Parts: sequence; structure tokens; C-alpha cells
Amino acid sequence: MLLARVVGTVVSTRKEPKIEGIKFLLLEKIDPKTVKGTGDYVVAMDGVGANFGEIVFYAAGSSSRMTAVTQNRPSDATITAIVDAIDVEGTYVYHKDRD
Amino acid sequence: MLLAKVKGTVVSTKKADSIRGPKYLLVQVCDHREKLRKQYVVALDLVGAGVGEVVIIAQGSSARQTKMTFEKPIDAVVAGIIDLIEEKGTITYRK
Repeated sequence: MLLARVVGTVVSTRKEPKIEGIKFLLLEKIDPKTVKGTGDYVVAMDGVGANFGEIVFYAAGSSSRMTAVTQNRPSDATITAIVDAIDVEGTYVYHKDRD
Repeated sequence: MLLAKVKGTVVSTKKADSIRGPKYLLVQVCDHREKLRKQYVVALDLVGAGVGEVVIIAQGSSARQTKMTFEKPIDAVVAGIIDLIEEKGTITYRK
């Protein structure tokens, strides 16, 4: 899975019926050491109810279809977790309540 | 498969992978001489790997070919802890 920050939403009204009723979020990948955005963006289906600004990770490819929300849908990126903390070599580089 | 170094852990309580008590490791891809690359992956730990260890990760749908990840939304797992790597007769890594 890859770490990213929720930086926005993506809305589409004319779309493939099988992606009806699914929330798309705009994610920016982050460098885990600095928790800063890398300038690399992904549109992902929201599988956990993530909010703007939160750090998440997402599953890509066929694994992204293994959630209740995205089963049998044309998804190749689904947010599967909201991150509470990231520790690198013993120090927290990110902590949800603190940052 | 890629070699990677375990750099830390990622904690999540609000998740949708329906795996009980998973451990997510933050790994950084490296080569067989432990030279680190810029690529970081969050991988589900299957083998109890610790920070600093060199491991092997499996990605994509192959990551679901294990008891713990079968039909789960997981695309990367730590499949093994490396003890030794040899290249053309020289040991390039020893645990």
C-alpha cells in the first residue's frame, strides 16, 4: 500500500454506472520521512470515510476491489486505512492528534 | 519480488481490510548491497520482521496469495526476512 494525504475531492456526474454512488478523493502521495507531498497525485475510491487533510494509505490494482464498497467495480485504487501514526526508526514522524 | 529494509511501522485503527490485529511495516526498497532507494511501501507483516532488517516483499495480487490476506484489499506483504545474499560468489549481505 502507499501513504498519501487527502487533499481534495473529485466529482463526476456523467460516468460509468458501476461507479455510481462512490466517493472519489484526491490524494497526494507523501514522503514518509517528512510527511510532505511528493507532487504525485492519485484519485482513489474512499473505502473508510477519510476526511480532508488526513493521512491514509490505499491499495492499488486488483486488491483495491476487495472491499465491500468497491467489489466488482472498476476501481484500481481504494483508501483502506486512515493512519493514526507513522514511526520511523523509533520516532513518530506523524501522529494524528498532534499534527 | 523486491528487497527492502524495514524502517518503521504504520498504525491505523480505522481501516477497511477486515484483518484482525494486522501489523503494517513501513519498508524502503533497497538493493542486494543494502543501498536504499527512494521508494517506500506499506506492507503487511507476515513474518514478524523488525526495524533494520532486510526483507523480501511481494506486491500486487500476489500479496493476496496467503492465508492472512486471501481476498483482502492488501497489495504488499513482507513475505520473508533475509539472512544472506550472494552475488557471483561474494556475500553482498549477511544478517
